[in-house]
Amino acid sequence: MNLRPDPTFHPSPKMAMEAPVEKLAFTLMLSPDGTKPDGLAVVDVDPTSDTYSQIVHELYVPNLGDEFHHFGWNACSSALSPLTGHAFLERRYLIIPGIRSSRIYIIDVKEPLKAKIHKIIEPEELFEKTGYSRPHTIHCGPEGIYVSTLGGGGEDGTDGPPGIFIMDCETFDILGRYEMDRGIQDKHYDFWWNLPRDYMVSSEWGLPPQFENGVVPEDLLSNKYGHTIHFWDLRGRKVTKSIDLGENHQMALEIRPAHDPVKEYGFCGVVVDTTNLQGAIFTWWRDEDGEWQAKKTITIDPVPADADDLPDLLKGFGAVPPLVTDIDLSLDDKYLYVACWGLGEMHQYDVSDPMNPVLAGKVEIGGIVKKTKHPNGKDFGYGPQMVEISRDGKRVYWTNSLYSTWDDQFYPGERGAAMVMAHVGEDGGLTLDENFWTKFPEGYRSHQIRLEGGDCSTDSFCYPSV
Amino acid sequence: MDMTTAAGLWLAVILSGLYHGLNPGMGWPLAVSSALFERRRSALWPALGALSLGHFVAMLGILLPFSMMTLLIDYQGEIRIGAGLIVIAMGVYLAITRKHPRFLARIPPHKLTLWSFLVALAHGAALMLVPIYLGLCAIEELDAGHRAASALMATTALALGVAVLHTAAMMGSGGAVAYAVHRWLGLNFLKRGWFDLELVWALSLIVVGGVGLWTAF
Repeated sequence: MNLRPDPTFHPSPKMAMEAPVEKLAFTLMLSPDGTKPDGLAVVDVDPTSDTYSQIVHELYVPNLGDEFHHFGWNACSSALSPLTGHAFLERRYLIIPGIRSSRIYIIDVKEPLKAKIHKIIEPEELFEKTGYSRPHTIHCGPEGIYVSTLGGGGEDGTDGPPGIFIMDCETFDILGRYEMDRGIQDKHYDFWWNLPRDYMVSSEWGLPPQFENGVVPEDLLSNKYGHTIHFWDLRGRKVTKSIDLGENHQMALEIRPAHDPVKEYGFCGVVVDTTNLQGAIFTWWRDEDGEWQAKKTITIDPVPADADDLPDLLKGFGAVPPLVTDIDLSLDDKYLYVACWGLGEMHQYDVSDPMNPVLAGKVEIGGIVKKTKHPNGKDFGYGPQMVEISRDGKRVYWTNSLYSTWDDQFYPGERGAAMVMAHVGEDGGLTLDENFWTKFPEGYRSHQIRLEGGDCSTDSFCYPSV
Repeated sequence: MDMTTAAGLWLAVILSGLYHGLNPGMGWPLAVSSALFERRRSALWPALGALSLGHFVAMLGILLPFSMMTLLIDYQGEIRIGAGLIVIAMGVYLAITRKHPRFLARIPPHKLTLWSFLVALAHGAALMLVPIYLGLCAIEELDAGHRAASALMATTALALGVAVLHTAAMMGSGGAVAYAVHRWLGLNFLKRGWFDLELVWALSLIVVGGVGLWTAF
């Protein structure tokens, strides 16, 4: 209980950028075959420390087969909203869902090196109270903690559409479903919002049978994965408009709104265009008439490759698709980072003009064909995937696993967990830090990263950067 | 004696208004936010106006029923005791639960008047005025005699007067903070100058209710 706002809460993105830099990162570790319990790694990211870039604490959960994926905080800068009138929550707990088990862990990281389990919400409770399964994205907002799910009810998660549910941000009780009118939304993935402007945007991956045992090529080639983004009246809990990006734009995943709440635009990454294997970024915005619009503003071409160098899934195509699997926007809304997991590239786009992004920097590492080594000479398995940016925008961290069963299809064999960091140049540009290389325990893969005190995909700001 | 008591009670009306205005929970950060979004300082004032209107209507909504009840001269003591107990109960409830009604989180951000109205009701801001108001009614009663029609007019006018003065004081202090934050202090004030007033607020209700009870006997 604080008597003043948590010092890691910031009214505006600009103030968050000026806050002290991160010294610790939290990274999820998953056991791909479910033979070991999943865990949370606390990584030292203080360059002056002897244990720089190494894991300094590990916490393992008491269950098998959870498959950790995305996670988030119990409270963030959104607590400073002028509407809540109550800014005294603590950024203290990480909410970690098991995407495969539907179990949710609440981890107390008040003392990060003594991180401990605070509460476990069993899958049955989630099913019973929401009819949803496979929890995914976490954001803290006006009514508590919002969690998106990828599955509905029933054994295979197809009984009813997936959606968002709300949890109490202090007791962690599941309060119930969010939606009052979901319109045509029948799949789910990511969501984020602009709190003062009162809108939310959500995206679509696919239903559980389309991803749990790996990507289903027939479904992909017949454009059956998600390709629509939905705009919501946030507090009214209803869809106001759904925009179909075109059925060839398969898997509309990460939603990244501009952090400055004055701006009414954002981005959405599309994994693959089935007509040409391109990866794409759409910019969405509200026009002068208040209507939502979306337009493709970045395309990334596939690279031709010898069938012998390709996994079975891709042999017939004779090319490596970029596979845009994650994107992240710096707090000044200037650089959009785009992970090309298939190519083995991390792109940095200057999106100062969101309608005309310009490639400003690029790092090559890993990749299906290229298999570029880290500058320290070590092999980087898989490709750049979950990406997180420091609050000040100067450091970009990423890991390399997408999702256990998909990893195995695109990158057969065990390739090892990795977490690396790149420095951002004064005028853009991206350079890997030779000395940053996190060693993970055997048999684990690494997924999302969260930075101590908030990062570029956790905090929602309520005041403009002026 | 009555003059002094009356002056003290009117002072309490003003002080409670200043106090409510300073409390971020009553809305001055919304005025700052409005001015920042519109990129002009003058946008502070319409926002403050909307917030004050909501607060004012909430005051009247609570005070007017009591102004009717004050006509029940024979039960005046009981009414004041009842009102004091309600205010104390509200304070105790807020002190123990420390909960924020979730429905407040569903009010669209641009509906400032509605927000202010509901917040003033939900947090007992309007209720806090009741014992003060009833104290003033009791004094008025001695002066105005027992004629029902004029008594109703008198107590209604008194309720209006209390609500106007209280809201004006609130607008003044809230406006001063909003202006200072927008002009000089900056958003950093939100991080450094925002204290958890929740317990203080609950205790204020208990104190006001207690004083109301004490003076009723």
